[in-house]
Amino acid sequence: MSELLALVGLNAHYGDFQALYGLDMSVSEGEVVAIIGANGAGKTTLMRSISGLLQNASEAVNYRGQPIGALRADQVAGFGIALVPEGRQLFPSLSVEENLMIGGKLGRSGPWSLKKVYDLFPILLERRNQASTSLSGGQQQMVAIGRALMANPELILFDEVSLGLAPVIIRQIYDALPGIVGDGMTAMIVEQDIKKALSVSSRVYCLQEGRVSLEGATNDITHDQITAAYFGLAS
Amino acid sequence: MIEWTGAIVQGILLGGLYALFAAGLSLIFGVMRLVNIAHGDLIILAAYMGLTTTVLLDVHPFLALLIVVPVMAGLGYVLQRGILNRTLGDDILPPLLVTFGLSVIIQNVLLETYTADPRKLAGGAIETASVDLGGITLGVLPLLTFGIAVAVIAVLQFIFYRTSLGRGFRAVSDNQDIAQLMGLNKAHVFGVAMALALAVVAIAGILLGMRTSFDPAIGGGRLIFGFEAVIIGGLGNLWGTLVGGVILGVAQTIGAKIDPGFQILAGHIAFLIVLAIRPNGLFPRVEH
Ligand SMILES: Nc1ncnc2c1ncn2[C@@H]1O[C@H](COP(=O)(O)OP(=O)(O)OP(=O)(O)O)[C@@H](O)[C@H]1O
Ligand SMILES: [Mg+2]
Repeated sequence: MSELLALVGLNAHYGDFQALYGLDMSVSEGEVVAIIGANGAGKTTLMRSISGLLQNASEAVNYRGQPIGALRADQVAGFGIALVPEGRQLFPSLSVEENLMIGGKLGRSGPWSLKKVYDLFPILLERRNQASTSLSGGQQQMVAIGRALMANPELILFDEVSLGLAPVIIRQIYDALPGIVGDGMTAMIVEQDIKKALSVSSRVYCLQEGRVSLEGATNDITHDQITAAYFGLAS
Repeated sequence: MIEWTGAIVQGILLGGLYALFAAGLSLIFGVMRLVNIAHGDLIILAAYMGLTTTVLLDVHPFLALLIVVPVMAGLGYVLQRGILNRTLGDDILPPLLVTFGLSVIIQNVLLETYTADPRKLAGGAIETASVDLGGITLGVLPLLTFGIAVAVIAVLQFIFYRTSLGRGFRAVSDNQDIAQLMGLNKAHVFGVAMALALAVVAIAGILLGMRTSFDPAIGGGRLIFGFEAVIIGGLGNLWGTLVGGVILGVAQTIGAKIDPGFQILAGHIAFLIVLAIRPNGLFPRVEH
């Protein structure tokens, strides 16, 4: 399978503070890759770096062989990369449907439309004219996912979609995932819940203090390896 | 009694002009939290542009709109992308200082170019035309100005709440980063917002120039009227801004009726009263 995304020695900074150290990663077309790691490991920073919210060295992020590390987020979006941001981050002044519509702003063609998002999350159809802030956390997460899907991305990034949600809602959202990535969409899933992350992914990277501490096929990796990589214990 | 009714109706119509002063300010503040100190001077700049256009091309001021509106809009886009975008950030001081500087520059350029002599746009017969409504005589120009103000606000309202452009404005206003993720280049969105605001400024400037005489120094006063209308109406509410303009206009005409020297002060007093009773204005936008 051809390589879609390649990170080459990615360093990311917040002012003087360095959050990512020389990250190397590779994601192939159609893959679902899980990114795990403890709080503060740099998972969100990684998502921000790929999506262009953090601008880095140009060659550090390559998409289909093209360096995009220094591009702005709106330019990166044009390549077909969409982010479901941590904490949902809906637009409070926009209704549910407007939040979805603005996701489709770039007008990329593909399978996703308002109708398909409503088919995936029927509750949103009922709530479509409501203010996005009036929804429950789970419903807001559905809007955030739908908003990213509306862009018809080739690569979709999920940053902790289960954060702060009730288990039954988390199940509902994860049950929807196969329907999303089944169409051949490539996905990177940041998740605190390791079991959830492994259940939907074919490969996993573990981050620890801004570095990759473990990488491999989900099936080959043992529980002990993950524990060691996660907490930085010597294995 | 009829005299007072007349003053009130005149004030309402005057409020339309103030709402036009205010609409651009409100739009810009809403989209990018920028307080444009040069707003009033831009209105006067537009009036002078109208003057030059009517003189050079020998056309009616209304026809000059066809030139002044696009030129001001273009100027707005270039100004925003070239200068103002660089001043925007967490600190609210740089945009204040830069637009204040811009205000001084515009005044001086106008002074150099046109001198300090008061000028006026020649509106012809429409300036003196009036209609009689049950004993109250209303000028056609003030009526038309009010109608245009209502139309402009309706169009802005439509753009803001019913179009893809307006969704972009609101999204960028809510969260600039996440809006960028949607493919919106905020530098461009801000440029378009300023272009739209200055298109409204152009209309306001031409209508002002037909109504009264103007000189390079009166921009500051128009800025204050605009501000007061925005604050009275409540930030972020365009129809509220129209109401704010009307309240200001009515206060001024009633004040002038009591004593001609009392006109401007009466407006400020009305503003302060509203502010004392409703610090957020009459119709602040409710965050849903
Ligand atoms: N805006 C910021 N300014 C300064 N430092 C930051 C900023 N955002 C994150 N950091 C720091 O960068 C490091 C990585 O943070 P990041 O948010 O990427 O971690 P994370 O793996 O997503 O954590 P979590 O699981 O809590 O979401 C942390 O040490 C954090 O304190
Ligand atoms: Mg995070």
